[in-house]
Amino acid sequence: MGGLTSMHFSSYDTQGFYDEMFEENSRPRPCARLLLETVESLSEGHLLRYKHAAERLLLQMGITFNVYGDTAGTERIFPFDLIPRIIPADEWDTIERGLKQRVHALNAFIDDIYHDQKILKNGIIPPEVVLSAVSYRKQCQGLNPPRRVWCHVTGTDLVRGGDGQYYVLEDNLRVPSGVSYVLENREVLKRIFPAVFEGLWVRPVSEYPSRLLEMLESLAPPAPSSPRVVLLTPGIYNSAYFEHSFLAQQMGIQLVEGRDLVVDSGGVFMRTTKGLERVDVIYRRIDDDFLDPEAFRPDSLLGVRGLMAAYQQGRVALANAPGNGVADVKVIYAYVPDMIRYYEGADPILPNVPTYLCWRESDRQYVLEHLAELVVKSANESGGYGMLVGPHSTKSQREEFAVKIQANPRNFIAQPTLALSRVPTVVEDHFEGRHVDLRPYVLCGKEIYVLPGGLTRVAMKRGSLVVNSSQGGGSKDTWVLSPAPAPGGQQQWQ
Amino acid sequence: MAMTDRAQPLLSRVADSVYWMGRYIERAENVARFIDVNQNLMLDLPSGFGEQWQPIVDTTGDRAVFLEQYEEATQSNVVQFLAFEARNPNSIHSCVLAARENARSVRETISSEMWEQINSLYLLVSGESRKPLAERMPEFCRQVRMACHLFQGIQHSTMSHNEAWHFTRLGTSLERADKTTRILDVKYFILLPSVSDVGTPYDDIQWGAVLKSVSGFEMYRKRYGRILPERVVEFLLLDGEFPRAVRYCIGLADNSLRAITGTRTGAFSCPSEQRLGLLRSELDYAQVAPILRAGLHEFFDALQARMNTIDECVRGDFFAQQPLAAGADG
Repeated sequence: MGGLTSMHFSSYDTQGFYDEMFEENSRPRPCARLLLETVESLSEGHLLRYKHAAERLLLQMGITFNVYGDTAGTERIFPFDLIPRIIPADEWDTIERGLKQRVHALNAFIDDIYHDQKILKNGIIPPEVVLSAVSYRKQCQGLNPPRRVWCHVTGTDLVRGGDGQYYVLEDNLRVPSGVSYVLENREVLKRIFPAVFEGLWVRPVSEYPSRLLEMLESLAPPAPSSPRVVLLTPGIYNSAYFEHSFLAQQMGIQLVEGRDLVVDSGGVFMRTTKGLERVDVIYRRIDDDFLDPEAFRPDSLLGVRGLMAAYQQGRVALANAPGNGVADVKVIYAYVPDMIRYYEGADPILPNVPTYLCWRESDRQYVLEHLAELVVKSANESGGYGMLVGPHSTKSQREEFAVKIQANPRNFIAQPTLALSRVPTVVEDHFEGRHVDLRPYVLCGKEIYVLPGGLTRVAMKRGSLVVNSSQGGGSKDTWVLSPAPAPGGQQQWQ
Repeated sequence: MAMTDRAQPLLSRVADSVYWMGRYIERAENVARFIDVNQNLMLDLPSGFGEQWQPIVDTTGDRAVFLEQYEEATQSNVVQFLAFEARNPNSIHSCVLAARENARSVRETISSEMWEQINSLYLLVSGESRKPLAERMPEFCRQVRMACHLFQGIQHSTMSHNEAWHFTRLGTSLERADKTTRILDVKYFILLPSVSDVGTPYDDIQWGAVLKSVSGFEMYRKRYGRILPERVVEFLLLDGEFPRAVRYCIGLADNSLRAITGTRTGAFSCPSEQRLGLLRSELDYAQVAPILRAGLHEFFDALQARMNTIDECVRGDFFAQQPLAAGADG
């Protein structure tokens, strides 16, 4: 391929956004210097060859996701950019402490809601906001899950604004996905890009499956033999099926579908070639609604009849705990800082994005007057659906949303449009800044553990702020650096 | 955390899927062999005799499906039907798709290398189906065969030889035995220029082509030397060492079934073991002359029916979702 020169950052423009790799004066940040030098030293066309090799590898490995509503059942690879996002050790330390604090408080909140509801009685959060939430499950009232843990796996979405501050955008408590891409992205970079790791002290992410399994095993009801953990998937047509099979494989546990399980008075069993075998812990990747047709949606074909009853009787452990979604709705999100102050007796380490609640008269007025500047989100949708990005909207879209908000204010929140931070991204034959967010993964069992890494989702379209995979987003590897590497010491990278 | 040291029990659904994954891969490979053997046979027919593509559709048992979609059995119709037709559940394309769907549902049970290979095979045939056919068919068939071999080799050397592996081999062996009988049957359906040509060079050449299509020509030569119809049948049906011979395949299937159940040779604990064991011992002690006297085609028909019954028994014994005991359901 003629005409390709080696790719440089000399013409890279941060355009006034916070760039994860460059300071305002286009000087590389200290954590990124080595990577930039390495990338620039690559010979002509190398990076693009790496990129194509990575895409081929992903397709070959079948690391694909299914697109809903696409009748051809198309499998696509999750677009993957070779330039990683780098997080220096001190920044990560803040993120880690902030996430531990937040998950701890959220867990305390859920446990409180399903028991004494002190936070409601003390007037910190209006009861009707909590008790009317679709994801509040009265079936869970009075329930004591093992270790009183409700949020076993959390995938908190963070963003960095123009001020360089990290904000929490969303608490994904129910069945957060994406961690397999964290692990696979790292594998791909290691396979095709080993030289770039040299000299950088990138913390490994490969221990995640062991940590996850350990946490799940710690939930098992007392049993005479070692516990059996299984992963419950909706099946091969689910968009996250790759992740389900990948995690089951990495943990060495059985991947089961609802039809593989049966419940009787003794507990939960799976159907095997040698008869029924007991199951102790279920890492379920099915939403509450579909978990058990007896307890939730009666038309669910994916779930297991009687599962909730077995769970309530303590015969099987479920992760994540049903009902924990009560703390993961956009209307409750706005109150998380208050929750942290209430349960932890401290200010939040990671702030929320300022949020306007449309059912508050004054907030609603403000939102309607400033639609062109705000991001309006439906309080009940996820995945970037049902969303208005003000600055990128047309007049008729704004009018449509104004009508919707007035008709059903309880369904909407709004936030200022954040100037999400950017990372250089390969676009054709050069680099351009693209907006990113960050989803770290937090495990909560005996203790709270934060995986040193995370899914950096990137909006591949120029100027776009929507990073969701269903909306054309891609991902990047995320390198969390170790504190203060000893100079000249043994190189340690994963 | 304490590590578990017990063997993982195998989900019935997973056993079902790996069994069919094995069968479909083997089926895809054999359909590629069908196309090959027929092409070879046609090349060896005297000129002016015309091409015979109908027989191959008869042998694979898909005649009705074929006639719904095509008017006549021309080479291009038949090749399209056998290789790429999505409406033919037994086309190479459909088999690979089905094998991959099964593999996908048990990805955590098979090795990553197996999955990557089945994925490569899928990319090979799904890419090909968009291209026009040409003289490239022999090469395509060869690629499919090699990709299937590679899959089986990878399976042999990267997956623990556990219960799931034995289910895959059970499916693979039963499928291979069935298809070897059908490939032999192609010869039965192919018409010679005249009855008096039986035993002539034409006949020899055709039997040679049959052997080549199951990669058995060289091994046969080492064993018997001259091409004699009776010996070819004996070799492909009753040989105890050639891996595509029916008897050899049935022996493998029986070994795997016993590895699954733990039942000793000479006894049985379920219908599939009883029927498979019976078939194995019959083939172990069979002779080719009486089979030929009674009619080879009829013998194959009966054999195929018995293997279908074994397949149904395997389903009933291991895959069927047993209803729970009364009172267990809420």
